[in-house]
Amino acid sequence: MYVAVKGGERAIENAHRLLAHERRGDRSVPEVSLDQISNQLSLAVDRVMTEGSLYDRELASLAIKQARGDMIEAIFLLRAFRATLPRFGSSEPIDTAQMQVRRRVSSTFKDMPGGQVLGATFDYTHRLLDPALMGEASPEQPSVVAEAEPGVMPRVTDILGRDGLIEPSPVEDPEHQVGDITRDSLSFPADRDLRLQNLARGDEGYLLALGYSTQRGYGRNHPFAGEIRVGEVSVEFVPEDLGFAVPLGSITLTECQMVNQFKGSDTEAPCFTRGYGLAFGQSERKVMSMALVDRALRARELGEDVKAPAQDEEFVLSHSDNVQSTGFVEHLKLPHYVDFQSELGLLRKLRKEFAEANEAPTPMQEAAE
Amino acid sequence: MTRTRSDDLQAKRQEAMGVLSHCQTAEIARHLDDVAVPDHEQLRAPEDGLVMLRGRIGGDGAPFNLSEATVSRAAVRLGSGEVGFGYVLGRDGAKAQLIALCDALIQSPCYAATIETQVLPPLRARVAAERKRKAEETAATKVDFYTLVRGEG
Repeated sequence: MYVAVKGGERAIENAHRLLAHERRGDRSVPEVSLDQISNQLSLAVDRVMTEGSLYDRELASLAIKQARGDMIEAIFLLRAFRATLPRFGSSEPIDTAQMQVRRRVSSTFKDMPGGQVLGATFDYTHRLLDPALMGEASPEQPSVVAEAEPGVMPRVTDILGRDGLIEPSPVEDPEHQVGDITRDSLSFPADRDLRLQNLARGDEGYLLALGYSTQRGYGRNHPFAGEIRVGEVSVEFVPEDLGFAVPLGSITLTECQMVNQFKGSDTEAPCFTRGYGLAFGQSERKVMSMALVDRALRARELGEDVKAPAQDEEFVLSHSDNVQSTGFVEHLKLPHYVDFQSELGLLRKLRKEFAEANEAPTPMQEAAE
Repeated sequence: MTRTRSDDLQAKRQEAMGVLSHCQTAEIARHLDDVAVPDHEQLRAPEDGLVMLRGRIGGDGAPFNLSEATVSRAAVRLGSGEVGFGYVLGRDGAKAQLIALCDALIQSPCYAATIETQVLPPLRARVAAERKRKAEETAATKVDFYTLVRGEG
C-alpha cells in the first residue's frame, strides 16, 4: 500500500530544473528540432504513436524530445495528452486493400498480382555500422521507374481466400458494438476486437518475446508471413453534423497477415488459419509479433489446448501495456516509508519470537535497532 | 433529379476535401489569395479533438478499434447562407478553417466554378505528382525472387 507523503517541494523543483538542463545536454551542440526527430528518427516516432495510441507525428516527436529518447516515457506522455482532448467519433473502418503500397513482401508466394516490392527496408543490409553517417551524409537520390502507377494491390489472403484455402475473416455483426478498452475495462474472456486493440498498443518488446516463444514451441502454430505491407491509407469519418463520409487525410500503416497451420473437422474441409497485425507507421516487427500473438490467443476459439503463456489471454492482455506496467513497477521507487516501517516492525517481532524460542539472541538483532 | 444533383455536389465536396486534406495550410492559403473571398462568419471556431481509427480484423473482416488520431475541425457560413465544414488530421485549426471555407465556396453558385478552376487544379496536380513520385521510387524496388531447385540426392 502506498501512503502519500508531503514536503520536498524545493528539491523536486530543482530536480526538474536539472532535468531540463541535462535534457539540453552540451549547449554548444545545436538543439534537436521536432522536424529532425520526425524525419530522421521516423521509426522511433512510429513506435511512440503506435504504443502511445495516438497518430500525431509532431506530438510523438515532442514526446521523444521531452523524454530524452526514453521510449516508454514518451509513450506515457502521448497517452496522457490524448486524455485532454474530446473525441469527435470513430472513423469508417480503414480499407488496407486500397493502400498506396510502398513496401509489400510475402514469404509464401514469389509471384503474386502486384509483385513483391521491397521499399525502404533494413532487410538484406549487412548490419555493419556505416562510418559515412558519422558526418553529414548526402545519400544518392532514389532510383525510379518512370511512369509507374500508384500501387494498389490485392491482399495475399484475398487470393488464398478465393479458393477457400484460408479461413475467411470474421464477418461484421451489425448488432455487435465494437469494443473499446479506452472506455470499458477489459474483462475475460475478451473478444477478438478487444484483444487486437490491446495488442495494437501493447509493448513491442513484450509481444516480440511472446511471438518468439510460440515459434520456439510454446503454443506452436506454424506461421508463414503471408504478407507484410506498408503504405498510406485514406481515413474517412462521418461527422454527425454533415451526414456523409469526409476524407480526413492519409496515415501510414503497416499490416501483417500471418498464415498458420490448418483447422478442419468432419464437416469442414481443412484450411489455413490466420493471425493479424496492424500498427501506425512502418512497424514491421510489431505487426509480425502482434499477428503471432493474435493467432496464439485464438487457441480457445480453434479448439486448441491452452498450455503456453502466449495462449493465455488473461496473462497476455493484462501485462501488454507498458504504461501500466511501468507505472506499477516504477511506483516502487516512491517513498514507502510507512509501509516499510510496518514490515520492519513485524520482522522484528518474528525475530524476537525466534530468538526466544532458541534462547540465544543474535547479534543482528542489536544491529537492526 | 434533385437527388442526382445533391449526390453530385456531395461527391464534389468529398473530392475537394480529399485533395485539401493532403495539402499544406500555406499552399491552400496561397491559392485562395487570388480569389475574392466573400464575407463569411465562423460557425464553429477551430477545435482540436480525436477520432478513433478503426481497422478490420484480417483486413476485411469485422471492425476493431485500432487507436486514435488528432483531428481539427471548423465550420464557416457565407453571407449567402452556405455552410462549409472542415475536418482534417492533425491539430492545425487554420487548415480546418480553410477547408471549411473552400467547402462553403464549392456550394455557392457564384464561387463553385472559381474554386474548381483556380484553386483545386494546381493542388490536385501537386498531390498526384507526390503520389506518382512515391510510386516510381517504390517500383524501382520491385523484386523477382527465384527458387533454386535442390540437386538430386
